[in-house]
Amino acid sequence: MSTLIRHGKVADDHWQWIEGDLPRVVERLEAGEHLVLPLAVWSAHRARLDPLHSGVWLGPDDAPETLLPWLAGIPLVAIHFPVFTDGRGYSLAHLLRRRHGYSGELQAVGDVLVDQLALMAQCGFDSFRLRADQSPAAALAALAGGLRSPWPGPVVPRFAAASAGHDVTPAYSLDMMHCRIDGRD
Amino acid sequence: MYRYKQADQRLVDDRVAQFRDQMTRFLDGRLGEDEFRPLRLQNGLYVQRHAPMLRVAIPYGTLAAYQLRTLADIARRFDRGYGHFTTRCNIQFNWVRLEEAPDILAELATVQMHAIQTSGNCIRNITTDPFAGVAADELFDPRPYCEIVRQWSTLAPEFLFLPRKFKIAFAGGAEDRAAVRFHDIGAIARVADDGRIGFEVCVGGGLGRTPMVGRSMRDFLPREELLNYFEAILRVYNRHGRRDNKYKARIKILVKDLTLEGFTREVEDEWAWTRGGPGCISDATFREMEAFFARHDDAPAAADDPGHLTALADSRAFARWVERNASAHREPGYAVVTLSLKKTGVPPGDATAEQMDGVAELAERFSAGEIRVSHEQNLVLPHVARRDLPALWEGARALGMATPNIGLLTDLVCCPGGDFCSLANARSIPVAAAIQQRFDDLDYLFDLGPLELNMSGCVNACGHHHIGHIGILGVDKNNEEWYQVTLGGREGSQAALGRVIGPSFAAGQIPDVIAHLLEVYVGVRHEGEPFIDALERVGLDAFKARVYGGAA
Repeated sequence: MSTLIRHGKVADDHWQWIEGDLPRVVERLEAGEHLVLPLAVWSAHRARLDPLHSGVWLGPDDAPETLLPWLAGIPLVAIHFPVFTDGRGYSLAHLLRRRHGYSGELQAVGDVLVDQLALMAQCGFDSFRLRADQSPAAALAALAGGLRSPWPGPVVPRFAAASAGHDVTPAYSLDMMHCRIDGRD
Repeated sequence: MYRYKQADQRLVDDRVAQFRDQMTRFLDGRLGEDEFRPLRLQNGLYVQRHAPMLRVAIPYGTLAAYQLRTLADIARRFDRGYGHFTTRCNIQFNWVRLEEAPDILAELATVQMHAIQTSGNCIRNITTDPFAGVAADELFDPRPYCEIVRQWSTLAPEFLFLPRKFKIAFAGGAEDRAAVRFHDIGAIARVADDGRIGFEVCVGGGLGRTPMVGRSMRDFLPREELLNYFEAILRVYNRHGRRDNKYKARIKILVKDLTLEGFTREVEDEWAWTRGGPGCISDATFREMEAFFARHDDAPAAADDPGHLTALADSRAFARWVERNASAHREPGYAVVTLSLKKTGVPPGDATAEQMDGVAELAERFSAGEIRVSHEQNLVLPHVARRDLPALWEGARALGMATPNIGLLTDLVCCPGGDFCSLANARSIPVAAAIQQRFDDLDYLFDLGPLELNMSGCVNACGHHHIGHIGILGVDKNNEEWYQVTLGGREGSQAALGRVIGPSFAAGQIPDVIAHLLEVYVGVRHEGEPFIDALERVGLDAFKARVYGGAA
């Protein structure tokens, strides 16, 4: 049984993962089920979906740009890591969260291991469906402590031009590299 | 030199604790081999033929004397008393114990060093010209930009699981001494007509199995956009680079598949999102970085110091050493001195703990405490007053590091090869030794003039054989070691890849093959014409004919 961690806590998961096309998607949604649909299925049924009950998951070679017109209303976007060494999901998360301002739940699924959680969080993931053999306690510890990276959660450009008048708070100086992953400190 | 801020120090300290925990979990079985592998590689730890190997980062090849002393100490306490300087300006310890790797990293952290991203499919150590900041022909010092990119790329969370390794190099001037066109990204210093500072950006260069010369994708990138642009390149590569075949996963293959124009368009579209935005580097950051690298206050020194001139006149050996091993410094009273790690009989790039301590002392006495590592695997003292050259020469001789062969045939570049490396198809060190022994006559070497010989023990090309004027590649044929010879490679602004001259040779034949190539050169050269120029003028055929007796 894989554990879900959301916002730094072990959480219940009421979402059902849908792998392929599903004939009764709309009926099941109407029956109140919460489904996470592959991008193609989500796109095909989008007009009839209840946004509150339907999430979407992306494979590593899916284009997150497809979601842009509807992004604000999607409660859950999951990104699948087929193997933990496939780093494409980090870029997809960065784009959704940092560039396109997605503020809903951004979940890492698949080969999600304790030693990569902090990196995922830095790229904008706030929820993690751990691989079944991973220890929930170790995962929570990895997210709470660990390495004080110069790469913070809410992105603070590390060398930013304060003088250029950008709305960067706080503007970068070399002394500010020590923002913690979780945004404290 | 850059000095760590509190944040840099905490990062390396935390990294040691993190890796110690990962190592403990690996050793007690909680962390599987497959999951541990990328973690240890991103901390520089390989499992090699005889023992684990730890590769320590030397950012842009710059070391302080106290750091070199710590490397010597590590060599003595954790290895067999020596280390190997690599063509990426790093140092490798070939005999470490797996369980002691975290202790070594802890030692390194006490002197602002680490092994982060010296291996793995991530952004590797940034390299530059070993003469950066002191070269007479430099447009501007590239090191502040190297440091900015080092900080940006260190544990950049988005780019730690790229399709394949990623190498970045900077050149500061007209003469490229960092082989930038053989990197995934090569940045070449440029000053625009209006005085703005920036870089030409080349992409897709590399050696290895599919060698390619990097191609220019942007003539001028203003310096404040450096990270926005690099991030755009990395993001396009991370998303679209091939992951189905590790031999086709480098960015050069993506550039080839998309065409340079197509790839550039993708990058520029990506850059359009960030261009002029908060990722721009501020002038304050540039000023702060430049201050770290400002030249120390060299006392004025006379270029025609009488003691130095007398020594030149009195000692042919000293004069030869100055001719080959001392290069022009931007201050005429100073020189940039290269200490040779290419003494005959010693594996190229190897240095003992005693030599490292000795070089640290020489650096403190004569070079403001600073040492550089060159990608030709030598050590460089960048700030030597010419009046100190005789004393430095004596000190270097005592260490066995005064061989006057810089840029000559015996200054050959060579990977550790089959003696150490589990990837190698053939040994390289014994072949290097045989060449050095055969061509040990200094008069002959000086007469031959500048000549670069590079050797790799396998197609991964750590010895950069493709860019040697003469290149030697170890290959495996039916479990026997054979050596393929290439001619005509070169680095710098006329970068080119060597061409294979014909069927490969047994190890014992290599010195004769080299001798035959040199005979042809001596026969055809014009007055003062270097080997590579003569080769390009007359073509390969005469050389092939001599080597293969017309049968090739």
